[in-house]
Order: sequence, then structure tokens, then C-alpha cells
Amino acid sequence: MRKPLKIKKRLVIASGKGGTGKTMISASLSHIWDSPVCVADVDVEEPNLHLFLNPDIQEDKKIFMKVPVINQEKCNLCGACSDICQFNVIAIMGKKTVIFPEMCHGCDGCFAVCPNDAIIAGKREIGVLSWGNVDKNAFVTGCLRIGEAMSPPLMKAVLEKADSLANGRDMIIDAPPGTSCPAMTAAASSDFILLVTEPTPFGLNDLRLAVEAFSVFGVKMGVVVNRSGIGDRSVYEYCNKSNLPIFAEIPFDINLAKAYSRGEIISSLPEYKTVFKDLAVRIKHCMN
Amino acid sequence: MYELTVISGKGGTGKTSIVGAFAHLASNHVMCDLDVDAANLHLLLAPEIKEQGAFYSGNIAIIDEEKCNNCGICKEMCKFDAILPPRHCEEQSDVAISLPISHVVDPVNCEGCGVCVHFCPQNAIDFPENYCGDWYISDTRFAPLVHARMSPGEENSGKLITFLRQTAVKVATQNNRDIIIYDGSPGIGCPVISSLTGTDMAVVVTEPTPSGLHDAKRILELCKHFSIAVAVIINKYDLNLENTGEIERFCADNYIKIAGKVPNNRIFVDAVVKGSVVTECGNETINIELQNIWNEVRTILTRVKK
Repeated sequence: MRKPLKIKKRLVIASGKGGTGKTMISASLSHIWDSPVCVADVDVEEPNLHLFLNPDIQEDKKIFMKVPVINQEKCNLCGACSDICQFNVIAIMGKKTVIFPEMCHGCDGCFAVCPNDAIIAGKREIGVLSWGNVDKNAFVTGCLRIGEAMSPPLMKAVLEKADSLANGRDMIIDAPPGTSCPAMTAAASSDFILLVTEPTPFGLNDLRLAVEAFSVFGVKMGVVVNRSGIGDRSVYEYCNKSNLPIFAEIPFDINLAKAYSRGEIISSLPEYKTVFKDLAVRIKHCMN
Repeated sequence: MYELTVISGKGGTGKTSIVGAFAHLASNHVMCDLDVDAANLHLLLAPEIKEQGAFYSGNIAIIDEEKCNNCGICKEMCKFDAILPPRHCEEQSDVAISLPISHVVDPVNCEGCGVCVHFCPQNAIDFPENYCGDWYISDTRFAPLVHARMSPGEENSGKLITFLRQTAVKVATQNNRDIIIYDGSPGIGCPVISSLTGTDMAVVVTEPTPSGLHDAKRILELCKHFSIAVAVIINKYDLNLENTGEIERFCADNYIKIAGKVPNNRIFVDAVVKGSVVTECGNETINIELQNIWNEVRTILTRVKK
């Protein structure tokens, strides 16, 4: 399992609903954290953290996934590969074995099952992994290739790179929205999950789903209510009833929205510094 | 029949609010929520469920404790780290009531590839169909709604989305409806690709922030990749006029039609709180703008599909 001793603590910033402010909070926390951190953007479908942190990127690396290629000379059309494949990647069509590499999940079942050694390793580009620095912090991000359907393999590459760069530092992970495989991949093996929501029926509905999904990990969770002052009280009532601590409230403020739209880091604004400092202290307290 | 998908790349740009308005403004249509990961459209449309069923997709490995002799071949062959040895479970559980004596499948990581099932020398691994959630066909005050509730943490496979789309087409055909409006999910991955392929047109809802702009460019490129006609809506455009200008320039340079711009307004949140769609809330400026946007989208849609 992924959990080398080199990393101090892993904080995952997640949400059910998109656009609640995950990236804004991740950028802000990394900016005011009292020790150097390793920041990882694993929302590889739509990575945004770099837009706010302006990292100094040292290297970009294309990431590939191993996919089957048929050696037609060795293949005797027995169909064992096509039978084991659960994802309809391989089909026997007439006198030829045809591969649809875009649909391959990388289970390697066809390689293992072929009696004729007729499958060779090909590759499919899934995206680009980039890493570098933001001041004292290490920074890692991934960018899914347009047209690529599967994000978890690239997310795992980002997390592995982050592990190797963390070097005794805490890790702040900006997760993708939702409650299905990509979000679960990000939240697995974390020490604390910070759920960002907004006080509306949409925010509540998706917060509930996220809590239900992430509770399998048995990790402590806390909530940030973003844009407080709009909407209704249902998110607060739910948190209260479910013993989910609200760690911070960030008021709805048109000036904040405008600063965000200019790409500014909110915790660098004097009026919001304290909110984020306090939030960081509460999170650290919970993780240790 | 026309199929229209509303997407955004970035989450929280106002997709569902705009789709809600379309539900109100369109006529002779069927609504369908494809954001099964975090479905919200039902909160605006108050569906009355008429028909429902369970949805199964793919399979999941389950090790039979009695038959497993802990040879470990499954663990060795699993590419998804989904098989845990008995020892590992011991470390993880605080209250050791009944510790598994065999290897165990971690359902979160299991990809359903069946490799362990095939290679287990003891035939100790079952491979039942995986329950993903429930689907519904409902009536609403505007139009029929096809939607689903996915079990949290499940694989949001394209299969559920494809199934919902087929169901929506069936409902539209049975009721002689000529347009289906899909509420898509954020991102550009599997669920979005399944929501887009084969539809007639995509409407991309974006906002004038660095993320909105960045993500809109990626989703527009995805639409191009799949050769799908597209129009853009800039939501909360007055939040940053400079960024709005940049989106407009980007669209002009790439021959992408902008269907309209919507100002930032508290009424969108108030509508959600009331369980209404924004066009039911009596703000004339917003209503006119959304009506114009819908007319524009409708015109483009009929033009792209002759």
C-alpha cells in the first residue's frame, strides 16, 4: 500500500459538487501552511491549481498506459484474450484479432492468458505529469489527454510523484469533484478529508453523497462552508446532526469572487488571512 | 429527434440552473440528468417517480473464505492493488470481532477485470454483477425526467449514462417528444465522453474565472475531437469583464457561437433554495436573457441537424 514514512500527513480537499471552492481553498492553505508542503492537483480532467499558484515547472513527462498489441503471426485466433477481457477491448473479426486500445483498463489479463505469446506490450498516452516548485513548496499536477476516458491511472502517477517529492513534508491534495472512482482514488489513503460545500440544497445533496462515499475510508472529515450567507441553513443542520465539524465559513463576498476571477490567492488578502490560518491550525490539530 | 447536452468542464458554473431554465422554456421535450455522480436536477424539478429499476454494471470479485487457501496468486496478478492479504485486515481493524482468514477483495479498488477469478486455482472467487444504483422515469411540472441515483463510491461507468440516454430516447419516442435535454457532469473523462458521443449539440456553460476559461477550452477541444456542434453560455459574465472578453475572443477565433451571457445574480441561489427554476422567479431581465439564449440554442440545433 501507498504510505511511505517520508510523508508527514496527507490532507485531501474534496467535495461532492463541483465549483464549491476546492481549488481556492487548496491554493490558500498551501500558501499559509506554517511549514513547506507538497501540493498535488489530482483533478487531472480539469487541473486548475497551477492557474493560481503559478508554479515554476521543472519537468513535464508524458504518461503512458500499457495496452495489448497483437502479433498476428503468432495469434491462432483462439479467442482466450477476448474471453477474459471484461471491457470489450479485444474482438475476433473474421481471420483477425482486433484491438480497441482506448477502452483498455490495463488489467493485463490478455497478456497472462494468451497461450501463444502473441500479445505484445503497446502503449496509450493518458496525459502529462508535471512537477516543480512554488516558493518553498513542491508542486505536482497531471493533465489528462483530451479524449482519454480514464483518469485514475494518471491520478495515481501524480500521487506517486508527490510521494517521492514530499520528503518529510505534509501533502495537500486537490481532488476532483464527485463521488465515483476519480474522487475515491484521490481520497484513498488520506489522513484527513476536508469537504468544501456551499449552503444550498445542491451543496447539501452532494455533501451527503460525499460523506457517504468517503466514510468507507474511516478517516476524519471536516467541512468548510464556502459562500456562507447565501442559501439556507440545511447544510448547517445536516453537519450538526451528523457530528461533522464545520472548520471554517467563508462568507459570500463579491470582492472575494472578483479577486478569485483575477487568479488571486484568497489567503493572501489581509481580510481573509486569519480565516485560513485558523483553518490550517484546526486541520493540523485533527491530523496529529 | 434532437439530443442536446449541457456541460461545463469546470464544476459549479451553473449548468444545472441553466438546464432547469431550459426545462421551463422548451416545449415538447424530455429532461435527463446524466450527472449521476452528483445529480441535482431533481431538486429543481420535484419529480414524481412513475417507473424505476436497479442498475447493474460490470462485475465485482468476492473471495470465498472457505475455498481460499491463501496461495496469493490473485494478489500477485491484480494490477489494481485490490486484494488484501489477511494480515493487512488485522492491522486495519480496531475491533477484531471476526478477522477474515482468507485474502479479501477491497471493493473500492476492484476494477471488475476478472483476472483473479480466471487464475484462482481453487475456483474460490465469485464474480457477481455489480449493483450501481437505481434509475427512474418521472413526471415533472415541465416534462418527463429520466434520472438515477448512483450508490456513492461506485464506478461511474459510461454504461449507466448510455443506459439513461437510451431510456430517455425511449420515453421521447413513446410520447412523441422531439427534443432531449441532458444535464452533463463536470470534467472531460469517461462520463462526459459518454454524455457527448452521438448527441447533436453541446452547450458549454462557463464563467469568467481562470479555471472557467481554462476548463472551457479543454471541453471545447473535446467537442471538436468528437465533431459535435457547440455553443457557449458565459454565466456570471459581469464578475470579470476582461476574462469575459477573452472567452469571447477565443470563441470568435475558433468560430464558436456564443448563445448568450448571464449576469451574476443572487436569484439563481434563491431559486435553488425554493426548489424552483430561475425563470419561475419573476426577474424580467434574467427571463428575457434566458429566453433569448434558449431561442438561439434551438435555432442552432435545428440548423446542425437537417
